[in-house]
Amino acid sequence: MLQFIFRRLLLVVPTFIGITLLTFFLIRLIPGDPIELLAGERGVDPARHAMLMAQMGLDQPILVQYMHYIADVLRGNLGTSISTREPVLHEFLTLFPATVELSLCATLFAIIIGLPAGILAAVKRGSVFDHSVMTISLTGYSMPIFWWALLLMLVFSVNLGWTPVSGRIDVTYWVDDVTGFMLIDSLLSDDKGAFISTLSHLILPSIVLGTIPLAVIARMTRSSMLEVLGEDYIRTARAKGLAPKRVIFIHALRNALIPVITVIGLQVGTLLAGAILTETIFAWPGVGKWLIEAIHRRDYPVVQGGILIVATLIILVNLLVDILYGVVNPRIRHNK
Amino acid sequence: MSESTLTRNTVQANQPPSPLREFWSYFRTNKGALVGLWFIVAIMVVACLAELVAPHSPFEQFRNALLQPPVWQEGGSWEFILGTDDVGRDILTRLIYGARLSLMIGCSVVVLSLSVGIVLGLLAAYFRGVVEVAIMRLVDIMLALPSLLLAIAIVAILGPSLLNSSLAIAIVSLPHYVRLTRAAALAEISRDYVTSARVVGAGPLRLMFITLLPNCLPPLIVQATLGFSSAVLDMAALGFLGLGAQPPTPEWGSMLADALQFVQRAWWVVTFPGLMILLTVLAFNLMGDGLRDALDPKLKH
Repeated sequence: MLQFIFRRLLLVVPTFIGITLLTFFLIRLIPGDPIELLAGERGVDPARHAMLMAQMGLDQPILVQYMHYIADVLRGNLGTSISTREPVLHEFLTLFPATVELSLCATLFAIIIGLPAGILAAVKRGSVFDHSVMTISLTGYSMPIFWWALLLMLVFSVNLGWTPVSGRIDVTYWVDDVTGFMLIDSLLSDDKGAFISTLSHLILPSIVLGTIPLAVIARMTRSSMLEVLGEDYIRTARAKGLAPKRVIFIHALRNALIPVITVIGLQVGTLLAGAILTETIFAWPGVGKWLIEAIHRRDYPVVQGGILIVATLIILVNLLVDILYGVVNPRIRHNK
Repeated sequence: MSESTLTRNTVQANQPPSPLREFWSYFRTNKGALVGLWFIVAIMVVACLAELVAPHSPFEQFRNALLQPPVWQEGGSWEFILGTDDVGRDILTRLIYGARLSLMIGCSVVVLSLSVGIVLGLLAAYFRGVVEVAIMRLVDIMLALPSLLLAIAIVAILGPSLLNSSLAIAIVSLPHYVRLTRAAALAEISRDYVTSARVVGAGPLRLMFITLLPNCLPPLIVQATLGFSSAVLDMAALGFLGLGAQPPTPEWGSMLADALQFVQRAWWVVTFPGLMILLTVLAFNLMGDGLRDALDPKLKH
């Protein structure tokens, strides 16, 4: 087992180095150099330009620069934002809980609806229910979520007035920042109104962000269940007269869940990419909105650092899923 | 005479159906895939004939018809069937020209990433060793990032424009083609027919592109169809974020973004472009599913 984990960990190293190479060189593809960028339209005189270049180590060979970059990254120094002068990592860490909160709620929504829908569709294979689940999930999978967000907003916020349009909490409430998770913080603040306000702000963004994972989970659950339901041991279980519910939920579901859990783990990438769109539309103060604003402001250190952190997170989550999969399924562990 | 028809019929029945006909007979049974196919054909025809079909110019601004609702709503007129946007441009016309743009972008993105992906995948499978490790590592790194995020990063560096965003989407969709080609080629390369071609003296280029490639195509065709749908979707997302097509280009995603501030007053300015994106993407996904079922021999039997 340890050997398995170690081997997986070792595979992550070259990928991580590749990501740093990517972010390091991407930023050097921009026309002009960082000094001109900092100076903006005012321009900078050549002598001062050379001095600043030397100060920032930009006159050294590219390999040396990369080594410095790696050393900085490993020390957690991802540069400072051009517009706010704040360290990139610090900015990321203050905004990240908002994105995590939204992503968790979206995943919860996707699992609560997608899993039962997939199971039921597999059990009632070929029925009207099965066909509608498959059609709806393919539609969800094809959904431009930025448009979906607008539609939901138009119907539920503007026309019906059930949910707030944007933000994390109503401006009339003030909640102390304890964990960064507004749901927990507002619960701790003992103000019932604040909690309800937070919850209602979460509903639409969670539905929007959860739509694609929901479709993926429903489809995966269905096909995985169908495969398991065709196995011999299910027939045996049925033949010995077990209740159909017991066969489905105890015998079949347990084994069908393994690939589903993997797929849920792999949705992290979808969630983080979707967060860019969802957060922009709902004015959700998270990492996605931060990244897109940095791009529009041409705040390259933020873009570079943000992409590096997000990519690293995704690699780590994938690694975790991989290891968990090995734990659950010995066949994988012993294979390679 | 009747005898000769009979013999001819039996001869025909004994012949195996041509691959194309066999494929069609499988594909036809999937109703969703057929609907998708017909929708795509219809939209392609409309897009090609945009000048003839569209009632107006996509850039013409009708100053006396700003934010006019669609024809069936009070205040609408047949002149602007789906209404007008905030500067009085006809929405139907812009949707039609947008279809042309989306299909063209989808097509060029798929052609570009498919051809580069095939070359890289074949190289990896044929030469193995260092070449394979280098290519597959690169692919793994690209797959570690969500495609939209990577596309955004590339556009952020290259600058927002239609060309740059198409390039970004093409780069982003590359890994899937490389992986599929390599996997298919690896499965084929040890077969006898490849060995015999090699023995006869076929060079690496001939082996890769003439002997191997045709037998690797089925999964690639499916992936290309699905790639089309994600290209349309990603393009719209980039357009929506202001990183793709720039105004006044009639691109579906940027049409949506331009109309954002009028959402409350005019539902039609956002509803129709989004619906077109959804339907087009859905059609390609339906067709991709149908193609997979028809081309996958494992599912046939």
